[in-house]
Amino acid sequence: MRERLAVVGNGMAGVACVEQILRHKQDFEITIFGDETHVNYNRIMLSPVLAGEKSFDDIVLNGVDWYRRHGIHARLGARVAAIDPVARTVATEDGMVTEFDRLILATGSSPLIPRMEGVNKSGVFVFRTYDDARRLIELSGPGIKAAVIGGGLLGLEAARGLQIQGCDVTVVHLAGTLMERQLDATGGSYLQRKMEAMGIRVMCGKSTQALLGNGHVEGLRFHDGEQIEAGMVVIAAGIRPNAELARAAGLKVNRGVVVNAHMETSAPGIYAVGECTEFEGQTFGLVAPLYEQGKVLAAAVTGNRGPGFSAQAPAAKLKIMGVEVFSAGDFDESHPGAEAVRYEDPAQGIYKKLVLRNGRLAGVVLVGDSSDDHRYLEWLRSGADLAKQRRHLLAPPPAADGGFDAAKMADHDTVCGCLGVSKGVIIEAIHEHGICTMAQLKDRTRASTGCGSCTGLCQSLLKAVAPDFEEEKAKVLCECVPFPQDKLREIIRTQRLESVQSVLEIYGNGKGCEVCKPAISYLVDVASCGGHQEDRSARFINDRVHANIQKDGTFSVVPRMRGGVTTPDELRRIADAAEKYNVRMVKVTGSQRIDLLGVRKEDLPRMWEDLGMPSGQAYAKGVRMVKTCVGSEFCRFGTQDSITTGIELERRLENLYTPHKTKLAVVGCPRNCAEATVKDIGLVGQDGSWQVVVGGAAGKGVRKADLLITVETTAEALQAAELFFQYYRENANYLERTYDFVERLGIEKIRRDTVYAPEDVRQRLLGRLRRSKERSSDAWLERYNPRATQFVQIQPLEAMQ
Amino acid sequence: MTASERWVKVTHSSNIPLHEGRAVHMGGHEVAIFNLGGRFVAVDNRCPHGGGPLADGIVGSASGRPTVTCPLHNWKVCLETGGVARPASGSGACVRSFEVSVTGGIVSVKIPAERPAR
Repeated sequence: MRERLAVVGNGMAGVACVEQILRHKQDFEITIFGDETHVNYNRIMLSPVLAGEKSFDDIVLNGVDWYRRHGIHARLGARVAAIDPVARTVATEDGMVTEFDRLILATGSSPLIPRMEGVNKSGVFVFRTYDDARRLIELSGPGIKAAVIGGGLLGLEAARGLQIQGCDVTVVHLAGTLMERQLDATGGSYLQRKMEAMGIRVMCGKSTQALLGNGHVEGLRFHDGEQIEAGMVVIAAGIRPNAELARAAGLKVNRGVVVNAHMETSAPGIYAVGECTEFEGQTFGLVAPLYEQGKVLAAAVTGNRGPGFSAQAPAAKLKIMGVEVFSAGDFDESHPGAEAVRYEDPAQGIYKKLVLRNGRLAGVVLVGDSSDDHRYLEWLRSGADLAKQRRHLLAPPPAADGGFDAAKMADHDTVCGCLGVSKGVIIEAIHEHGICTMAQLKDRTRASTGCGSCTGLCQSLLKAVAPDFEEEKAKVLCECVPFPQDKLREIIRTQRLESVQSVLEIYGNGKGCEVCKPAISYLVDVASCGGHQEDRSARFINDRVHANIQKDGTFSVVPRMRGGVTTPDELRRIADAAEKYNVRMVKVTGSQRIDLLGVRKEDLPRMWEDLGMPSGQAYAKGVRMVKTCVGSEFCRFGTQDSITTGIELERRLENLYTPHKTKLAVVGCPRNCAEATVKDIGLVGQDGSWQVVVGGAAGKGVRKADLLITVETTAEALQAAELFFQYYRENANYLERTYDFVERLGIEKIRRDTVYAPEDVRQRLLGRLRRSKERSSDAWLERYNPRATQFVQIQPLEAMQ
Repeated sequence: MTASERWVKVTHSSNIPLHEGRAVHMGGHEVAIFNLGGRFVAVDNRCPHGGGPLADGIVGSASGRPTVTCPLHNWKVCLETGGVARPASGSGACVRSFEVSVTGGIVSVKIPAERPAR
């Protein structure tokens, strides 16, 4: 019979250990128990998730198919209640008992909650799991005062994430300086200045006595009596090993589950790995040693016992965009025989310190510039004699690029510290398996799937070695601002940039072009809800003069005719204006409106005045029209009042810019006379309800819109349309139509983030739409207050002849 | 038509907003004058491709030189040389460029001696 291996814990350490076991020749029947319902994901990357830089899919390490492929039985959402080392069984909380021959405990750790009053109040969170991150994202937002207790790695990353979500954040730290376990006092104060420069308040030397508030948290009181306000508190004050299961089972436990160098616990056949363990009096919180443990354990459990585990110098890197912090080894210079080498540039915020012992590197602290972290880590790991390098310790001969750096590395040098992958292994894998993308490299070697800091190095190796290297180009907006749009959106939002020029100057070439300028114009507009500094030079001509340029340089004029409904009086004015301005053609458009073609730029303002109707935005990447059928008012089949609803919808959304043109329609019955199911947003009336559909198209391609939601009342239908509309405005790339957007994100995600989002998330979306709407106006009113020579034909001051 | 070159006073510099262009009738044809911030440049207001109004284009740069992109079909014209920077197929084409000076806030354009018949 096959040996049964049970693994308690579906986190990074447990599953990485199983990955290692699968590499050995073995015939285990493996069951993994995970108390989270999610598949195995990269917990280290939760900070980028909170900061909006990554989604859950980005941080999945092993998806469902991995478990299936290896015949692993996954019991997710099943918390183990007890283990019996004698009967050799595992019992889950749902009462199921599973027998095992060997058992691996990978129960991880839990957030340490310092002793203080009021930790049970609502609004108090920890930041450990994906669900925690989701909850924080949902509940954070502009105007919310958040306090993070703990100024370590996780606390600072959480603080920055919350700030990016819009919160006003204070970090409360017990020690005198930040990250005191990884940085000396000078490094800590450099880091504090960086955090403060980003707008995060830092309070060091503060011990929290109580969380205040009646039911919901309202603030913190410190032991020194001082109080601060906070409507949300995140506790990130450290971790403690989850050792209760082992303790209850009679295993030897101190702070963690005690293991020997082969990861064996005091009970035969039971092993432990990861943050739950204690080895030689030491517990673990960083990822690299845990992977090392996994390797040793895998060898032991499969009968291939090799060298035992020895705790190496831990290395830590802060994952905050724009704040480089790296620390490794023992940086305490007061130890006997230690000598420190330092570099400081307060103006640049750069601080570097190396601590040497016996001419070898013992520890390193880098703040503000961690570009050399790899070199130092290698010196630490190899224990290289640095006598010859003494003059270049902090100012190395500059490495021109990553490729140069990688070429100088020896084959046995480690590239990925987290997963212990050497340069030699990567090169061999590239040759052997014909790897030519980062994704393949990650899949095959697991390199750069931990903290991700070696990604650049892996890429340069790939580039140098793989003959068919394909760069996975993140689609950058354009060469002028070489960032993908989602990154640019985040930059603009978090840095509160309000003009195209400031974005170009800080993040680009200062000049811009016809591709990026209109895109950035859109992004600053949406990010600030219309509170941006409008720069017409960055807009396409149509948006400078609010008309659509034609092939002969004249313009077309389309007045707004909400819902396609007009009056005899309006038609008379249109006819008069058409004659007065020698319009070449009067055309009824597909959007149930009238197009007046061939108008000279200088005639536009007067023509708008004569028409006395608002702009139809037919020239803009904005809200075009809401097409309607006659509906229940007239139609004998009509079940809903499509005209009134369509006009109201148009009023609510008109005058706003969108990533691309947005066409809408409202129909009174499923006969769909106004083609609502092929519009960006459509409302389809039925007897007693409305279907709200999104992402339809009837252009170059035809796409039937997806159903967003079915609701009973017209008010709900309008609100669902508004939610989707604002969500599209905030999340689509510039020039991305709804049908591409809906396909890219998937309707399920869109539903989750809009109509099925928590009430406060929906209210915030609607609030931002309302704010944008309040700041918008009919563009044609600019006729009363034109910009310099906006419509004027300049005549030379001197006669030509 | 006059034979000698001459400078023609066109308009006050504030009439041409920063990073925008404006078209001016100059004796039978149109010149597009651009404000590049600190200096002004001028080219024919006719894209060599489809005759589009270059003055209505967005100002950018290519190889470190200022350009304008025609609003009709995105041809990119160098504002210093008048040469077409994009597409490659249009690289032989060219628009005329004119010297511009600003004195006492007034933008002047130099009309060259002989204009080819148009």
